[in-house]
Amino acid sequence: MQEILQYLFSGITNGAIYAVIAVGFSMLYNSTELINFAHGEFVMLGGLGIVTLWGGSLLPLPAAFVLTVIGVAFVGFLLERVALRKVSRSQPIVLVIITIGASIFLRGIGMLIWGKDAHAIPSFTKLSPMDVFGAKLMPQSILILAIVLLVVVGLHLFYRKTLTGKAMQACAINEKAAWLSGIPSDQMVLLAFFLSAGIGAIAGIIIAPITMCGYDMGILLGLKGFCAAMLGGLGSLWGSLVGGLLLGISESLGVGYVSSSLKDAIAFLVLLLILYIRPTGILGIKEAKRF
Amino acid sequence: MRQIIPIKKGIKRLCLFLAASLLFSSPALSKDTFKIGGVFSVTGRASFLGDPEKKSMEMLVNQINAKGGIDGRLLEAVIYDTEGDPQKTVNAVSKLINKDQVIAIIGPSLTPTTLAVVPFAERSKTLLISCAAGILITEPVKPWVFKTAQSDALAVASIYQHMKAQGIKKAAILSVSDAFGESGKQQLEKQADAYGITVIRSETFGAGDTDMTPQLTKIRKENPEAIICWGTNPGPAVVAKNVKQLGLQIPLYQSHGVASPKFIELASDAAEGIYLPTGKILVADLLPDNDPQKPVLQNYIKEFESRYNMPVSGFGGYAYDAVRMLAEALKGSNGDKEKVRAALEEMKGFVGVSGVFSFSKTEHNGLSPDAFVMVQIRNNTWELIR
Amino acid sequence: MKPECFKNRLYYGIFLPVIAVSGFVIDSPYYLQVLTFIGINTLLTIGLNMLMGYAGQISLGHAAFYGIGAYTTTILTVHFDFSPWAALPCTLVVTGMVAFLVGLPMLKLTGYYLGMGTLGFGMIVYVLFREWSHVTGGSSGMVGIPSLSLGPVSFSDSRNYFYLVWMIVLVCIVFCQRLIQSRVGRALRSISDSENAAKALGVDTKDLKLKIFILSALFAAMAGFLYAHLVTFISPGSFDFMVSIRMVTMVVIGGMASIWGALLGASVLTLLPECLHAFADFEMVVYGLILMLIMIFMPRGLTRGLMDIYERSVSKQI
Repeated sequence: MQEILQYLFSGITNGAIYAVIAVGFSMLYNSTELINFAHGEFVMLGGLGIVTLWGGSLLPLPAAFVLTVIGVAFVGFLLERVALRKVSRSQPIVLVIITIGASIFLRGIGMLIWGKDAHAIPSFTKLSPMDVFGAKLMPQSILILAIVLLVVVGLHLFYRKTLTGKAMQACAINEKAAWLSGIPSDQMVLLAFFLSAGIGAIAGIIIAPITMCGYDMGILLGLKGFCAAMLGGLGSLWGSLVGGLLLGISESLGVGYVSSSLKDAIAFLVLLLILYIRPTGILGIKEAKRF
Repeated sequence: MRQIIPIKKGIKRLCLFLAASLLFSSPALSKDTFKIGGVFSVTGRASFLGDPEKKSMEMLVNQINAKGGIDGRLLEAVIYDTEGDPQKTVNAVSKLINKDQVIAIIGPSLTPTTLAVVPFAERSKTLLISCAAGILITEPVKPWVFKTAQSDALAVASIYQHMKAQGIKKAAILSVSDAFGESGKQQLEKQADAYGITVIRSETFGAGDTDMTPQLTKIRKENPEAIICWGTNPGPAVVAKNVKQLGLQIPLYQSHGVASPKFIELASDAAEGIYLPTGKILVADLLPDNDPQKPVLQNYIKEFESRYNMPVSGFGGYAYDAVRMLAEALKGSNGDKEKVRAALEEMKGFVGVSGVFSFSKTEHNGLSPDAFVMVQIRNNTWELIR
Repeated sequence: MKPECFKNRLYYGIFLPVIAVSGFVIDSPYYLQVLTFIGINTLLTIGLNMLMGYAGQISLGHAAFYGIGAYTTTILTVHFDFSPWAALPCTLVVTGMVAFLVGLPMLKLTGYYLGMGTLGFGMIVYVLFREWSHVTGGSSGMVGIPSLSLGPVSFSDSRNYFYLVWMIVLVCIVFCQRLIQSRVGRALRSISDSENAAKALGVDTKDLKLKIFILSALFAAMAGFLYAHLVTFISPGSFDFMVSIRMVTMVVIGGMASIWGALLGASVLTLLPECLHAFADFEMVVYGLILMLIMIFMPRGLTRGLMDIYERSVSKQI
């Protein structure tokens, strides 16, 4: 009991982080039908941004949080405006390769600014771990889960209740029709990049205290986030949440009951099985676009 | 018309002269210097090794040249970045051997990259002084391959000696799933019996993992008396944090892979009380005055820190020792590769940063077990124990 | 003569002499080795281009086949004392079998989901290479792979290996050209354009996709075989996720659905890091920037992009 709870706590914490990253992938795909391989780098920039702004005690936590998110969101904005806008009518694979180039570029920039070493910051809360039936629950984990739920519910409301959100959805469903009804689809794409990068930064910020941030952290986190988004079904907000948690939990249970050295293989095997049964992810409805 | 011919002749002569100088100047130039190569993982995951190694090599070459070089000839260092990638390393080493025509190569920084280039060094008969820890590099001994980093086997022996003295019988291993962790795990499992220790569980974690509580939970179930974590930053710092969070009250041992001030910075409070084996560099000032390494260490630390304005780690010392020994072996060799190799193989009692080296035909690492000391982290600094 | 055909002859006309001459002229084993790596990468890229460019199916896990090729020949030659030439057919058969078994369920996925599926397969194979240590040598890798030799000709000499690799590349290029111009090639392109339309016209798309998947896996295995016996050392790091991504990048940079594009893409992306050494810590930034710029200004790949520039300059002169 104690063990299984501990595995679940760990799995849910990691899964929640994968879920936020997945949400970033998913919402961008919704608006642009593009998988942004530089998304992991936004996570890295978020993590390292909070390391500098708060860890370097330049700013109080809330200000540092907001500033980092806006800063990284602006980087996403620039990526679309400078690099992707010009070729947005090309095959999707070309855009994917541009984002791969962008990810290498951003990683290089990260290395030049923050150096090659990892950085650490203390926990956001000073509370000590809680005891739940003998398993330890970190206050940071609760904080992470709360932020993740906030992000997903916030986005859900944004899509359902605001005009801008509805316009974005309209663009996602049919860009030409949306354009005909007077929605500036170019600006919607820009907004999608802005939001998705910002959400990536949030993932980086909340993960910073539980792990170490380095310029190369984006590769693995981006990969896991991508898997979570696919697992849940691309373009589905709640699917990303489910996918992320499933991936996180299957990893930690894999460690607990099978073998820690095979944990990645186990997680991917689960993923392949699910894809085999549901070729468009658990909650995916949209037919996948070809490359 | 008459005027033109001499001009034409002049141009011809000039061309000939230029061509000739181009042809002959480069070998003439390289005769004035000793060219040595460096291949380090300056960027990429193992940059914590390659970066200080490159810096140490550049620093030392500058110093030697400032003092007039070796036998009146200057050293010329050509350094390439491998990014920890075997294919890039193979290319870089091939470039050093064939294009730059170096006398000897320092590096690579990692065990797999070193193993990838060993055949190239052997085939071209170029001296390779590796900065990697893996025991496979010098066992079996290959004539042209040496290494300066302490083998994992020595680090394991230090840890087990300390455990034995503490009366610890049951240990659990948590190692990173790369070449460093794998080699450490093999040595830990191999030597356990000799110290009367049983390894009751052995788990691994990925180099980029963010949370190791599942592994530690699994280990906790077996009630070990100590945990040995074998990895390089930042993973072990996460392990240290998770151990504290789970409230595990047993000693945590780390490997020499985290023996740098960076580890204390990353793990902060969670570093308190951790034991680890390290080269003497971290505790240079605490060493007794009669320790032969003390002046070498203090000198290296002073030079490195004043030049680069960053804290020193033992890793740069691997390249530092390699270049110093190479410079020693180059003396009187006139750049003859075989002579340099022979001189290096006969070197005895050379006091370096990583330990005292004594090479022989059957020993190309040459460090004695006392290259390592055990330290404990107390109040955010290293305390020498034993 | 069709213009396409003429262009092909032109390319062969450039390609063959360049290879033959560079083998003669270049003396430094370093340059020969870099060219050999280009050849190996070209093999990988041609195979993947058949799959991506012609059949329109993405694979983000092709490094797995590259690795299976390399590891199979290594295990056979090191543990079982096979001669490399005897190991070669076994390697191809093993990889073909794996590709068949994986492709059968996998190719029912489409688009990004296929990308995800192949990526997952690549990760599983990578973990297998790393963890099955008493067979694969684990993370530290495996040493002692024999060099190739054929009678009196030893391929440990870099010039001979250079010729061997490029001979194989040439054979593969000719093979792929023939395939593309055949009925199969037309059927393939029809899948890429619209799978449903192809089905309606009676193309057995499932079977064809699987065949081309196996073919591209075999190319990768061949490249793996050549890599293992060239470097004589392998470790899992050479076959990880990033290698798969690099392969896809080579295909797209060179130009999709173009055999010569594959050659160009592989050459550029193999040479680039060698040239960028001088940038030291800035290497990554510059590399990423170049990648982005190529794709922004030549979205259809280098071959097409360079041709456009050439045609524009010609039309301007007129």
